[in-house]
Amino acid sequence: MRSTPLHDRHVAAGARMMPFAGFEMPVQYRGIREEHTAVRRSVGAFDVSHMGEVETRGPDAQRFLQRMLSNDVRHIPEGGAQYSVMCREDGGVLDDLFTYRLAENHFLTVTNAANHERDFTWLHDHAGDFDVDVLDRADRYAMVAVQGPQARKLVQRLTDGALPPRMHCCERTVAGETMLVCGTGYTGEDGVELLLDPDAAESVWDAVVQAGAEPAGLGARDTLRLEVCFHLYGNDLSEERGPIEAGLGWCCKEETAFIGAQAIAQARNSPPTERLVPFVIEGAGIARPGNPVVGGGEVTSGTFSPCLRRGIGMAYVSVQASEPGTAIEIDVRGTTRQATVERKPLYRKGS
Amino acid sequence: MAQASYPADLLYHSEHDWARIEGDEATFGITWYAQDALGEVVYFDVPKVGATVSRGEAYAEVESVKAVSDVYAPLSGEIVTVNDGLADQPEVINEDPYGNGWLVKVKLSDPAEKDALMDAAAYEASLT
Repeated sequence: MRSTPLHDRHVAAGARMMPFAGFEMPVQYRGIREEHTAVRRSVGAFDVSHMGEVETRGPDAQRFLQRMLSNDVRHIPEGGAQYSVMCREDGGVLDDLFTYRLAENHFLTVTNAANHERDFTWLHDHAGDFDVDVLDRADRYAMVAVQGPQARKLVQRLTDGALPPRMHCCERTVAGETMLVCGTGYTGEDGVELLLDPDAAESVWDAVVQAGAEPAGLGARDTLRLEVCFHLYGNDLSEERGPIEAGLGWCCKEETAFIGAQAIAQARNSPPTERLVPFVIEGAGIARPGNPVVGGGEVTSGTFSPCLRRGIGMAYVSVQASEPGTAIEIDVRGTTRQATVERKPLYRKGS
Repeated sequence: MAQASYPADLLYHSEHDWARIEGDEATFGITWYAQDALGEVVYFDVPKVGATVSRGEAYAEVESVKAVSDVYAPLSGEIVTVNDGLADQPEVINEDPYGNGWLVKVKLSDPAEKDALMDAAAYEASLT
């Protein structure tokens, strides 16, 4: 079991630790609901150092990533960020990732912890025909996400220059440490993600927490992301599913000829039989991943929404049942629960 | 409640349930340890009055944000009263697991089963 550079901080704060993707990670500190609410109303800090990083640099860096990633990498400006999926030839999703352009021929891609080794191997094995260096940087970065309506104000007070706008990144000194500051996140709130030297993680974490950020664990991270319908790889995305049925066609630019583009173009033309949709349980009960949808399909994410105070989730359902407003039934351990297909996101700011 | 506690007037089942026996009836609930391990309870599927429960078998479910967990009957019998208030305020199970967070009252079919339960000291020792 691996641990992040902030492990001792979590234990000292009384966090409940749990294995996740090979790391011992904090699930919660004071409580999932409290942490969730802090992020929605004010600001929370997440240790997401388990996530991996791959650096790509060299004259062919853009051309290489254009081949590997589903989105149009040419559209990432220097200091910009972009979301994409990485696919197999048959369109199965290997991972969903954020890629930051640090310089014209220099990119940093953030991987899901559980997929990092496979991602790196896949990237490395496809780099042969390109004049490019693909480097595993997972051990060189700790990652702290500061999220919530007060997140920017809080981090700004600790920073030597302007913070990057949403979907941008830049090098800054935060709490005395030089790092990459990114205007991205996984909560549906404004905020930044800090990619920094593992040796600096404790002092930066302390500074952010002392400035008022509520430490928040993976439990709140999951409820926050699900309220705004962000995909979780391993639940809502997998090698067995393509990005079209997952509702990620918007980040697939088949004209860029990335690996999997042909299969995805085909899926776009003759749509798959199931689609991923968000749902809300009507009345009591909470659907969980793996619960079958009556008539076909399966819940891939399900939890209790602290903001909506109801069971929410995402499920693959038949295309006929995928329209917002459709009533569906979910078999929750033998009890049939009524649910309604909704539009994304399930939670909107200010609601 | 923030601190672990295991009242001496209750009997305990190894699946982290307690029973308060009064004559041929008993009140059931989950222990401090169970509610702490579960985290914030957000849903309790209140069972039906009249349902039969059997010692050591699940009779209800309690859910936290993160997970669902079965609730086991420490003794056998028939449910005669349920704590309806938990439908709207399941968090009371965390706040007061031995008081307002009680789950059901059961008319016991075999009061002698209590001899198989643990007292507070034995239960607490079993947790370490």
